[in-house]
Amino acid sequence: MGQVSVAPIEIERTESAEETFAVPEPDVPWVTLVHNDPVNLMSYVTYVFQAYFGYPKDKATRLMMDVHHKGRAVVSSGTREEMERDVQAMHGYGLWATLSQDRF
Amino acid sequence: MGGVFETRAGGGATVALDGIEISILRSLAVQLLELIGPGEPEPEADADPLAVLFASDGPTEPPSDPALARLFPDAYGGPGAGPEADPEELRARSAEFRRFTENDLRTRKREDALAVVRSLDGLAPDGEGAALLELTGELPLRWLGALNDLRLTIAARLDITEDDESAALFRLPDDDPRKPMVMAYLWLGGLQETLIETL
Repeated sequence: MGQVSVAPIEIERTESAEETFAVPEPDVPWVTLVHNDPVNLMSYVTYVFQAYFGYPKDKATRLMMDVHHKGRAVVSSGTREEMERDVQAMHGYGLWATLSQDRF
Repeated sequence: MGGVFETRAGGGATVALDGIEISILRSLAVQLLELIGPGEPEPEADADPLAVLFASDGPTEPPSDPALARLFPDAYGGPGAGPEADPEELRARSAEFRRFTENDLRTRKREDALAVVRSLDGLAPDGEGAALLELTGELPLRWLGALNDLRLTIAARLDITEDDESAALFRLPDDDPRKPMVMAYLWLGGLQETLIETL
């Protein structure tokens, strides 16, 4: 009888432990978002993505077009500290950037 | 106002400016410097190191001036932050980010605008006030940053917030009081665009 009752209890513990871990989302990456504005030149935004991130011209252009047409684009992802560094750099260039936790 | 940047032989960028253009550029750069404000004073040699560390903390609130708010935006929140984002938490994180970054950002933008003023002051205009501006070394990138900051600032003053609004502004009648600022904005855009092409 004792052995029979032990098994379900262990299963329950495992499930609750997984739930506890899911709440803080420690491994969910952060992203840097660059937002569209009517001022920054398309050529300038492309230049910044090439110069700062080292992206090749076609990738930089694609991201710039996403910013322009979709209103924003994810330009980098990583830890919160890394994304704060990228956002600070984007602000230095005069681009409107924010960071958020990637929930998608 | 029709000068555009061209690639300089031997590297860098060059543009021919007349006296009025030099004077407008200098005036705009000085206004940008005044807007950004003076840098932190150098601490006294015998100052308490801990006090110096705390004194170097930047502001935690976004600037109330719309142009400064655009130059120094919040790092957390904005479109795409997600509906479940807690506004209080975003505000607190933006404040913390601002405290550690805004002073450095202001320093960079101040140095870019100062570089513009200094290179204009270093020109040797001819009898009619025109001169050839030559940018080498780090100067093209400093000018690029300052031109962009100037356009962001003027756009905030003109309240250009949507693409179609800016299109309407460009068709203003000649007697509109905003016309000179719009002309300057367009001219700076041409300078920035051609400067990028030389990089």
